[in-house]
Amino acid sequence: MTANPFSLWVYLSQQPLLWLTVTLLVYATADALSLATGRHPFANPVFHSMWIIAVFLLMTGTSYTTYFSGAQFVHFLLGPATVALAVPLYENRKVVAAAIVPMLAALVVGCATAIVSVVLLAKAFGLPQNVVLSLAPKSVTAGVAMGISESLGADASLTAVAVVLTGIMGAIIVTPMMNRMGISDYRARGFAVGLASHGIGTARAFQVDAVAGVFAGIAMSLNALVTSLLVPLAVTLLVR
Amino acid sequence: MIASLSLILLCQLAGEIAVRAFAWPVPGPVLGMLLLLVLLLLRDRAALFAQGPLQGGGVENAAKGLLAHLSLMFIPAGVGVVQKLDLLAEHGTAIVGVLAISVVITLLVTVATFLIISRVMTRGRSA
Repeated sequence: MTANPFSLWVYLSQQPLLWLTVTLLVYATADALSLATGRHPFANPVFHSMWIIAVFLLMTGTSYTTYFSGAQFVHFLLGPATVALAVPLYENRKVVAAAIVPMLAALVVGCATAIVSVVLLAKAFGLPQNVVLSLAPKSVTAGVAMGISESLGADASLTAVAVVLTGIMGAIIVTPMMNRMGISDYRARGFAVGLASHGIGTARAFQVDAVAGVFAGIAMSLNALVTSLLVPLAVTLLVR
Repeated sequence: MIASLSLILLCQLAGEIAVRAFAWPVPGPVLGMLLLLVLLLLRDRAALFAQGPLQGGGVENAAKGLLAHLSLMFIPAGVGVVQKLDLLAEHGTAIVGVLAISVVITLLVTVATFLIISRVMTRGRSA
């Protein structure tokens, strides 16, 4: 057994420890930079962590399966985090109850818009049917969207990528867009970004305003429920 | 802390079991969230439920700890992009374009619906 750096790399690169450490370290750095820029939309920590880790994997020739053996511990937390949304929902039940009608209207209309727009646009752009199906649940949180995708017989790993891209784009665009349109109701702003961009949008909303964050969290959890009911219906009507 | 995390996992587990057993078209964690919400509401009404992690802010703190790092949890799925480079080379521009347009439309429609309905309601109340 030789103790040269290469054999050490070969050993470590197959271990979950290295990839879990890389994930947390890159995120901690990206998050610190985001904080240093005063939470500038383009300093989105998910976006920068994602491409840095992806480039690192490609440069070291590491497979996604090997990376995921470590990163799965972080990925697993998506489920418990969805359950945890019950707490902000419970704590803000009075604000939520007061805005229940506009919320439910925005939920149903927004959810249908998210699904129908992506399916029709994907078809108009001439994407293959399997890709169209994989993009359909892109506005809900990763774990839920992947489940919907699997039940449609689509490509769940493509869905995961679409979910993350949608989240990042929504999180980057929401603040400049809403400011330019002069929308100052943080309940509405938060609700829209939580519905369109799930957890990444919700994380962004919490950075901007606490009320926006709560409404984003509610939109994200309610949308997970409604989307899982609406996607199979929309797919039957629009694709098949 | 451990008891609170166990409660969150138990809710998720119960959600997964119910979804599988009754073949409901709802994700397990979402049902788990509803279950935890019901437990929190019950706690305020019946002393029977105000025990363990459901008292003294136990489950609340654990949940907030998880939600504070929600962005982090999307990174492993996002890095999955490395598996899709062939597909993205072929359809990447179209996919990114479709997602970008769809997210802008969704944001606009959702925020407009919320504001319109909320204005109609306040007007109805003051009239």
